[in-house]
Amino acid sequence: MELFFSQILDGLSIGSVLLLAATGLAIVFGLMGVINLAHGELMMLGAYVTYVVQSIFRPMGGIVFELYYPVALVLSFVVTALVGVLLERTLIRKLYGRPLETLLATWGVSLILIQLIRSISTAMLLGILVAIAIGYFGNRVLRSKMAEKPYLPYVSGLFWAIATVIGLVSVNLLSSSRALAGAWFGPRNIDVTAPKWLQGSWGSIAGIELPGLRIFIILLSAVLLLATVWFLSKSAWGLRIRAVTQNRQMSNCLGIPTDRVDSITFGLGSGLAGVAGCAITLLGSVGPNLGAAYIVSCFMVIVLGGVGNLLGTVLASLMLGLIQSVVGSGSLLIVFPDMPAAARGVIEFFATTSMSLVLVFIFIIAFLQFRPNGMFPQKGRSVDA
Amino acid sequence: MVQKLSRRLFAGIAATAVSITLVSCGGGGDTAGDFDGEVKVGILHSLSGTMAISETTLKEVEEMAIKEINEAGGVKVDGKSYKIVAVAEDGASDWPTFAEKSQKLIDSDNVAVVFGGWTSASRKAMLPVYEAKNHMLFYPIQYEGQECSRNIFYTGAVPNQQAEPAVDWLMKTYGDKLGKKVYLVGSDYVYPRTANTIIKEQMKALGGETVGEDYIPLGNTEVAPIIAKIKEAFPDGGIIINTLNGDSNVALFKQFKAAGIDPEKYPIMSFSIAEEEIRQIGPEYTTGTYATWNFFMSLDTPASKKFTSDFQAMYGDDRVTGDPAESAYNMVYLWKNAVEKAGTFEDLDKVRETMIGIKFAAPQGEIEMYPNHHTSERVLIGEAQEDGQFKILEDSKTAIPPLPWNQFVPETKGFTCDWTQDRPDAGKFKM
Repeated sequence: MELFFSQILDGLSIGSVLLLAATGLAIVFGLMGVINLAHGELMMLGAYVTYVVQSIFRPMGGIVFELYYPVALVLSFVVTALVGVLLERTLIRKLYGRPLETLLATWGVSLILIQLIRSISTAMLLGILVAIAIGYFGNRVLRSKMAEKPYLPYVSGLFWAIATVIGLVSVNLLSSSRALAGAWFGPRNIDVTAPKWLQGSWGSIAGIELPGLRIFIILLSAVLLLATVWFLSKSAWGLRIRAVTQNRQMSNCLGIPTDRVDSITFGLGSGLAGVAGCAITLLGSVGPNLGAAYIVSCFMVIVLGGVGNLLGTVLASLMLGLIQSVVGSGSLLIVFPDMPAAARGVIEFFATTSMSLVLVFIFIIAFLQFRPNGMFPQKGRSVDA
Repeated sequence: MVQKLSRRLFAGIAATAVSITLVSCGGGGDTAGDFDGEVKVGILHSLSGTMAISETTLKEVEEMAIKEINEAGGVKVDGKSYKIVAVAEDGASDWPTFAEKSQKLIDSDNVAVVFGGWTSASRKAMLPVYEAKNHMLFYPIQYEGQECSRNIFYTGAVPNQQAEPAVDWLMKTYGDKLGKKVYLVGSDYVYPRTANTIIKEQMKALGGETVGEDYIPLGNTEVAPIIAKIKEAFPDGGIIINTLNGDSNVALFKQFKAAGIDPEKYPIMSFSIAEEEIRQIGPEYTTGTYATWNFFMSLDTPASKKFTSDFQAMYGDDRVTGDPAESAYNMVYLWKNAVEKAGTFEDLDKVRETMIGIKFAAPQGEIEMYPNHHTSERVLIGEAQEDGQFKILEDSKTAIPPLPWNQFVPETKGFTCDWTQDRPDAGKFKM
């Protein structure tokens, strides 16, 4: 029985990692109809924010260092939310109602983010800023001088090209100084250490070990979920978000600032991704490719749960977590020791990590045969296409 | 207007992306010296993709060895001195690309030899190319053995130079206290599966038992079910042998610590964790765990210290060396010594013949190329310390001869490989 409960605990914890990672995606996907392939990379940004905060706190040592984690949680939300808003304002906004283009564009963003983390250095940052500043302000001047000229787009494109070249030249010039050229993070994985109070076990209840970070992640995802539900159902902006989800044109007519609603929704989804990234640093490795490991599971959860339904997301992630832990550890054999030999063989066959993942996929495929739209399909007039 | 704006913004974003990609490109300068000629060698490692993290270091070490040789007057063949020119290609962590680039290096660049590879998958992809063209590849990484090609020289450990002594040591040290039982955890691909087959046979031979084995898909980071199984198999502690590769290691050590699996009760022996990996996992998670290698950065000999300080002088004080880097360094020198003795680098058959018996005073100590195209290796067992270095607990002192065909596995027991013998099955024949 102890084993059974510790399996449930493991399942809950695997599920809550999935939930943390998928909630942000579910909100963006469900409310805006945007398939954000850069979601995993936003998680990766959250993890890197955690690393930066840790590096700032480390020299202070002692008790102050132990407290870096809450700060990192908040900051990873804020930073990734801002990046999300920026993304929405500059890119995703232009592509509403064009799901395929959004897909490709967000994938491009994810590649840019990965490469950015790998190779960013002070020199490169300055170069990019120079290029953007020249391009942006140059174009503003151009626009005021030749606002109605038909060749304006070409001139401005040319201007951006020149700005890029200047940016590149300045990067190369700055790179000659070793202090500026050193990459901040580099392509290697980085080491994020959990504070002491999260590393070990939090004691045991009735013989069941309570691993600190697993309990912490379960609590964190519960709190975040409740906060998200509260925000969407009780706050004024939540009300507007739901209104826009149901009927964009009508909401617009009634004076809801739909563009700001979009920004806030995307920012919220991205911020949640950042928090998930921060939580993942406790469990696994942190490197530029972190996002790729999680994006597939996130989509699995969303498809199984029903697009954009938070309750579905919760149930689906917990279900997948439980299957993985109960089947993968083979504990059914111990709970039911007198099983017929044939059933025993089957369970033993699936009782490895690889095979339990296979089983998860089989389960999803089978489930979708009966309920193609997931557990809780969206009903009624949903997102405008 | 909105349309135009978006077009401009797109141009801007595209331009930024281009600038980011271009930044990483750069050129290196060459210095002319007093050489009679040049000899081209190929360097083929993944410089992009998942494996870039590990393989880039090998390229750097090989370039360091080449630079050292050139500064010392180049390769002296037949009374003339040749400058080594390295042609570096990117295998891009994609195994077919390794085969393609090998072909390119041999056919269009006419290199005298290729140094390359890391994963067994990349080696298996390259092998047919070198055999078909009767060319020469040096492969630097410890691997599962069970292979012996005429056209490949292997400078990393085979199981009898890493896994087997490690299991012996574990049984000697912990066998009485924790019982002769092991739990095997590995990544789901060829090296861990083959290595674990060998370990299982060896445990049987030692009168021990393998109580469980589990494989995690590469890149998976959830180890909770494995922890449950280990606790089930070993409620009061037991020996764990870890052949995980890459990111999964980080997850394993972080989650082990949280679940209260500490190295006191659960000694863990890893075969893929060197100094560089510890830096990425975080030393506080690995402290007290064991690793077996042929070289540790902490090895206290003048040759080892010189190797590390030369590497750090060239690539930065914060860098670390380790077994794969040392092995990559050795193979360049082994090749140099062989071509100098053979008096040619073009006649590959002659180089191959001369290569057997070539010795090199490596950072780990003296190593020798054996007739089975593998090198002898010193075996070291170390315990990870809080500073990310290893404390050496066991040292074979002398180099152990390689046995590529494993002697514990029934299918290959009694088989050997000897390329000095003139027989069609020299790669694998019954002793």
